[in-house]
Amino acid sequence: MPGPRLFSILRQGSCLIASIHTALDDSQLLRFQQDLVETIGRDRARGVVIDVAALDVLDSFATSTLRDIGEMARLRGAATVVVGIQPEVAIAMVRLGLRTGVLETALDLEEGLARVDGRLAGAADGRRDR
Amino acid sequence: MNDEDDEVAGVTFGGATDQGRQTDDDELLPQLVSHLREHRNRLRQQWVSRIQGAHLLQAMTSQEMAAETTSVYDNYVEVLETGSVGALRDYARDLSERIIPRGVETQEVVGIVLLLRDVLARSLFEKYQRDLPLLNRVLDAYEPAANRIANTVAVSFVDERERVIRQQQDSIRELSTPVLRVRERLLILPIIGVLDTERARQLTEQLLSGIRAHRARVVVIDITGVPDVDEAVANHLVQTVDASRLMGASVIITGLSPEIAQTLVTIGVDLSRMDTIGDLQGGLEEAERLLGFSVTRDSEAAGP
Repeated sequence: MPGPRLFSILRQGSCLIASIHTALDDSQLLRFQQDLVETIGRDRARGVVIDVAALDVLDSFATSTLRDIGEMARLRGAATVVVGIQPEVAIAMVRLGLRTGVLETALDLEEGLARVDGRLAGAADGRRDR
Repeated sequence: MNDEDDEVAGVTFGGATDQGRQTDDDELLPQLVSHLREHRNRLRQQWVSRIQGAHLLQAMTSQEMAAETTSVYDNYVEVLETGSVGALRDYARDLSERIIPRGVETQEVVGIVLLLRDVLARSLFEKYQRDLPLLNRVLDAYEPAANRIANTVAVSFVDERERVIRQQQDSIRELSTPVLRVRERLLILPIIGVLDTERARQLTEQLLSGIRAHRARVVVIDITGVPDVDEAVANHLVQTVDASRLMGASVIITGLSPEIAQTLVTIGVDLSRMDTIGDLQGGLEEAERLLGFSVTRDSEAAGP
């Protein structure tokens, strides 16, 4: 990829941490989506935390891409949590009527990881019960 | 502005006789000022009795009245003398600051300044009534300055009052939407009073920054103290709930009165994404349950 990396996908246990470092244009967002969905399968990840704390705007395309990623990750067997949406960004998104659908959100990375862990533990418990 | 006009007139019609009149006019004001200084006490007394006759400034004691009228009088004459309203403006502002809290109205302030103008004009009239052309010129010199003074005082008073109102509005606004932390990661937001669009916007901002600062996961918004909710405010609440959710916090709304519940259903606001619980107590219990807190009564402490 030419130039500095605009996003990173790191592995942490059975979880992936995907950080977006700067505002991405539409093609870069699609590239991010493709990379992430591929990595989920390759690393057999059970959870994905997408950190958007560095972004000061989330437009409709970015929101729908995040929603798509969540859906695709679910189909690939991983739960997705979006973390780090800034207050101003949240207000703007709500004003614009952007919906995140079933996508889970959490305050920050730590919170997001805890949320994914909780989900996985809950799922494991559920399976054991059955 | 009036000074400039005079100058322009002097230049345009600068004949020999006009030149002579111009010098005369220049001496008129000092003459006028010294007349007003000389009869200061009498004129001021006259003014005070006119004020009392008009039932203005009844919030003041007679001592205060004497002190203030003296200052106003001196300032007034000074403006006539120097033509600069700066000092008067400062004084008027200072005076307004003192009398506004005591409920003095704009009409009173304007009224007393106009009374002073009239009292002084009468005394000039008395003095120069034998020489009508001179009286005309004296009034020509006096009236613009007097009007400017009345203007300055009125504007200063209104400015000061608006400043006070703005300040109070700001403090009410800040006081009215506190974001309080009850437990770790649990915030409550009691809303009291009418919610308008501006306040709802500010509330959303404060709540979201509160969520980030306290790392809150659950927020209880209590609207027991909100008398009425219309469609715009209801939509704002929905937006606040959505925005909080984007930041990872769930919101519980409590204290919806029966009237508000009926209104909301009647106007058809989509509240399906809002969690509501009857009262603040129930809301807090639900929030504690979500966060995994459990509150138990210490049986020994509760005993007699």
